[in-house]
Order: sequence, then structure tokens, then C-alpha cells
Amino acid sequence: MDYATLLQVLDTTIRLATPLLLACLAGLYSERAGIFDIGLEGKMLAAAMSAGAVAALTGSAWAGLLAGMGASLLFATLHGIAAITFRGNQLISGVALNFLASGLTVLIAQALFRQGGRTPPLTGAARFNPLTLPGAEAMRDVPLIGPLYYEVISGHSVLVYMAFLIVPLTWWILFRTRFGLRLRAVGENPAAVDTAGVSVIGLRFAAVGITGILCGIAGAYMATALQAGFGREMTAGRGYIALAALIFAKWRPVAAMWACLLFGFFQALALRPDVVQAVVQVKVPVPLLDALPYILTVLVLAGFVGKAIPPRAGGQPYVKER
Amino acid sequence: MDRLPRWADVALVPLVSLLFAAIISALVLLAIGQSPVEAFKVMVDGALGSPYGWGYTLYYATSFIFTGLAVAVAFHAGLFNIGGEGQAQLGGLGVALVCLSLPWPHWSIALVAATAGAALFGAAWAAIPAYLQAKRGSHIVITTIMFNYIAAALLVYLLVDVLRPTGQMDPASARFPSGTNLPALNDIPGFNLIFQRPVPANITLLIALAMAVVIWAMLWRTRLGYQIRAFGKSEAAAKYAGINPVRITIIAMLISGGLAGMMSINNVMGEAERLLQNSSEGAGFIGIAVALMGRNHPFGVVLAALLFGFLYQGGAELGLWTSIPIEMRIVVQGLVILFTGALDMMVRMILQRAFGLVRSAKAMRAA
Repeated sequence: MDYATLLQVLDTTIRLATPLLLACLAGLYSERAGIFDIGLEGKMLAAAMSAGAVAALTGSAWAGLLAGMGASLLFATLHGIAAITFRGNQLISGVALNFLASGLTVLIAQALFRQGGRTPPLTGAARFNPLTLPGAEAMRDVPLIGPLYYEVISGHSVLVYMAFLIVPLTWWILFRTRFGLRLRAVGENPAAVDTAGVSVIGLRFAAVGITGILCGIAGAYMATALQAGFGREMTAGRGYIALAALIFAKWRPVAAMWACLLFGFFQALALRPDVVQAVVQVKVPVPLLDALPYILTVLVLAGFVGKAIPPRAGGQPYVKER
Repeated sequence: MDRLPRWADVALVPLVSLLFAAIISALVLLAIGQSPVEAFKVMVDGALGSPYGWGYTLYYATSFIFTGLAVAVAFHAGLFNIGGEGQAQLGGLGVALVCLSLPWPHWSIALVAATAGAALFGAAWAAIPAYLQAKRGSHIVITTIMFNYIAAALLVYLLVDVLRPTGQMDPASARFPSGTNLPALNDIPGFNLIFQRPVPANITLLIALAMAVVIWAMLWRTRLGYQIRAFGKSEAAAKYAGINPVRITIIAMLISGGLAGMMSINNVMGEAERLLQNSSEGAGFIGIAVALMGRNHPFGVVLAALLFGFLYQGGAELGLWTSIPIEMRIVVQGLVILFTGALDMMVRMILQRAFGLVRSAKAMRAA
């Protein structure tokens, strides 16, 4: 594989890792607070449809982003009501909301645009267009670093840079602020947080809300940056890959970024089977590349690649009266 | 808080949940500018209005009985098997390998062998997550989700590169030999008086109903069933009573996976007569809704499977005759899971409040 091909694959890796990263960080907040969320997929899908639809109607990608965050937040609130307020089964609630999003997005897109459940193709300001970072053009001719900076680092939409900035921000919030300390505590030992006079329900709703907002950005990125519009089931299991990455990263923000980059790299490779064949000299079936993130996650869960220990109170509703 | 009477717990809670799901579905239809009454008429007409419609409703219900029982058995052991979809796809692989391996002389022999193949492959696909849950503490929900995707990728590979006959374009196995073709309900004496046109519902329906009885007997009439239920109620108590948690987890998941795999004799052997990509078409997931709606009781599962068979056939009719997209049925499915599963407590609280009011009114009158 020559250098130019490598850069192409890495460029695709960044673009494909971004929605995974946003959804993965979304899941991180919720699960660190003790609320399992297998509904990342549905929230992304709902956000993608809303963002695609509003961007098409208003011609503004930013309005689309807001709409996406709103739709995702609505689904997150439903999950919160079921899982926190009514102490329902968090996994079942996630499954239900995924189905709801899968059906509703097509229904609404069809009712609005009558184009077979998709939103109209977006152009111009209705999309988040690639940004050229300062100095990228000037540095282009510098050997090795120049093309790397120009091809891989520069030339993405603003949401990509936002996603990667949220990684250190999340680390800082979780490990350097009072809110983060309480958030982690409520996922490990909610009774202790309650005894300290802090509202368990309030903290958990806050975490679920952040999850909603981040999934909203992830979905909006899918419809208004990665692609030009919403199509049915366009998230294609990314919510579950993000969940896999979260476990692979053992619920830590920086590790989550590396996990998402790795899984994004697999997705980029699955698009270029010719490159894979040239490198390993054997014909690798594309489905194997598709399945790699899932297989790796199972190996991690099985404890063969380090032990993944989830937040201790994860999945259990908190009952105050007990 | 007041406890609900038993009849309300068994019948009223699921019915009220269903009512909530129906009301929200109607609101969704109104919001997209459609008439819920009209839609319901089309669904009833298409799914239940003719023997032909019933033929499809029962065909879907057959698959859903298997997947619903699969989820229910795992639920009784306190395990959430979300991997019915992958197990059903692997079951399909088992059916295809059996059907294509020998020139079967008669469908009845082929059916026995294919059922064994389907159950074996489905159970094998559930065995790994089960082992990982029992021995290494990996969360079964996550591993079974991952196994759904791995199964889908595996089947794409097998159908494109291995099982596809040379010269065929679409990714599917060869057609099964005619000795494996199962009789549809219109071929069976007695049933053919009702079903005069060819319908997809086939003899597998009877196997599904028999399995419901077998699973009921297993759960409530055998030592194993008692152990599964005890383990599901309280792992600590079960351990104290000498029940081996590893053994019960693995056995319950093997039964669950086997049941999910067995649905493939309905769709792969009975209807498609070859293995297609995504053969189970989401039936594995519908099993979750069916088990929740049927309160994890085999009898309830059969009723709920009929309801979802109606929903699926009716939903297909909506896609054909109206401008309502076929995805409407996924919305209803999600709502049923939401209300019967996640918001169960809310429904109960509303009913308890209602019963409390009735009781205090009675007490006032008596006083």
C-alpha cells in the first residue's frame, strides 16, 4: 500500500469514526451514571431524520443540528421516564425506543416529503461542508507531514473537530469537576450519593440528557455531513458499534476515542477490500471486516483482552424507600 | 400500596398496555394525516377477512410462537436473550444444510431431520453467549446483540461465497429438493376445506403449538423447569437450594436458542424453500414483544403471536393498499414493547390507583 492510499483510508477512518465517537461518548455519560442505554442507535436515527428534514426545509445545517439534538433529547427523556421515573427495565426500554425510532423516522419522512421515506438531497449551506484548516494548503508540499495534515487532519466538517474536542472535555468533566464525581458515584453507589443529599434522579436525568444531546450531534452528522440527507435505517447498527467501543474502552473517554478510531478503521477497510487484499496477500471476505468490531467486543467481554467491568449500579433502578 | 387482584394482573395489565399502544399508534396515524379507523379496517380486512389473509396471519404467527417462546424461556431464567434474530438465522443455515445434503424421500423424514438441524444450530449460536455469561460474567444482552451482527455477516459470507450455486446472481442457497417441501395448510385434509387457495401457513404451525405445550410442561411440570424459574426469581436463593447457576444458565439458553432456530422450518423450509439473506426478517426481535405481551406464559405467547401475526399481515396490507408505509408495524411493535415491558410499572400504578378508588368507594358505601 502506498502512502497516498494509506492517507485515503485514514481520512475515511476519521469520517466514519466521528459518529461512533459521538454516540460512544453519549453512552459513556449514561452508563457512568448507572443507566444502560442500548437505544443509542434509535436516538441517532431519530436525530438523523430530524436534522435531514429541518436542514432541507430551512436550508440551514445548524437548524438541522438543533432539530437533531431536540429529537434525540425527546427519545432520551422517554428513556429517562421509563428507566428512572418508573424504574422499568432499561434494556427493554432501549429496545422499544430503537424500534420506535426505526419506524417513526420513515413514517415522518414519508409524510413530509413523499420520497420513499428519505429526505431530499441537501446542498450548500444545508450541509456541514469540509473546512480547510489554516496552513493546510501551504504545508501540502512538505514531505510526509504535509499530505498527512492536508488529507487526514484538515478537510473535515466542523462536527468532526467538535467530536474530538468533546473527548478531553468529557475527561475533564468526569474526572475534574464536582458534577463528574457525583455522576460516577451515582453509577457505582447511588445510595451514598443520596445520603450526601444529592438527588439521584436529578443526576441520572442530567446524564441521560447529555446522552441525548451527543447522540443528536451524531445523528445530525450522519445526515448533514457524512451524507447529504436521511435515508431509512441509515445508522446501520452504528449505535451498537458505539456500544461495543464503549465496552472495549472500559467506559473511559480517551480510550473510547481510540476504540472508535479502530472500529472506524475497520469500516474504512471494509470499503476498500482491494487494499486489504494487497496488504495481507490473502482474500479477506468483506463480511469478516464488517464483523470485526463485534468479534473484538465479544473477546473483550469474555475477558481475553483485559477485563471490562461496568459501573456497579448499572441497570438497577434506584429505590429510595428501601 | 394496594395489590392488584390476580385476574387483573394476568389479563388487565397486558390489555391496558395494549390499549395505550393502540391509542398512541392512532395518534401517530392522525399526525401523519391518515385515518386510524380506515387503517384498522384495511388491516382487519386483509389479515382476518378471508381464509387467504388468515393463511398469512397464521404463517407469521407460527414464526412468532417459536421466537416468543425462545425469549420467554430465557426470561424465566432471568436472562434477556436479544439474540433470537441471529439464532433464527443460524437455524435457517441448519435447515438448509440438512435439506441440501440428502435426496430426501419424504417430507416427514426431512422435517424431523431439519427440525433437529435448526434447533441444533440455533442452540449452538446461543451456547457461546450462554457460556460467557455463566463462566466469565459477560453481559448476555451485549454478547447476544454482537452475535446477531456476527451471524448476519457470517450468512452474507456463506450465501455469497459458499452456498450460492455457480451461475446464480442473487445471494441465496440452491432450491431445496422437492422431497423436502412441507405441506401447506391447503394441502392438509381438513384444513383444505377452509384454505382452498395456496397459503404460506404450513404444517409447522402444528409443531409450534405442540412446542408451546411442551414448554409449558417443561416449565411448570418438571424439575428442570422449577430450577429455571427459581434461578430466574432469585439467583442467591437458587444457589442456596443447590441449583447450579452455570448449568441452568446454559441449559435455558440452549433451549431458547433451539426454539429461535426452529422458526426456520416455517420460513426457510416451509415457505422460501431455499435459504435467503436475512431469512428471519426481524421475527427474532418480535419474539421480545410477543414474550412481554404474553407475560412469558406459553399460552399467552400463542395469543400474542396471533396478535402480532395479525399486525404483520395487516401492516403489509397497509403498505399495499394505502399510502401508510409498512414501517407502521415497527412503530406498533416498539410501542407494545415500551408499554408492556419498560412502562409496566406505570400501567400497574394507574390500575392500582383505579382499584384503590373503587375499593374506598365501596367502603364508604358500606359505612
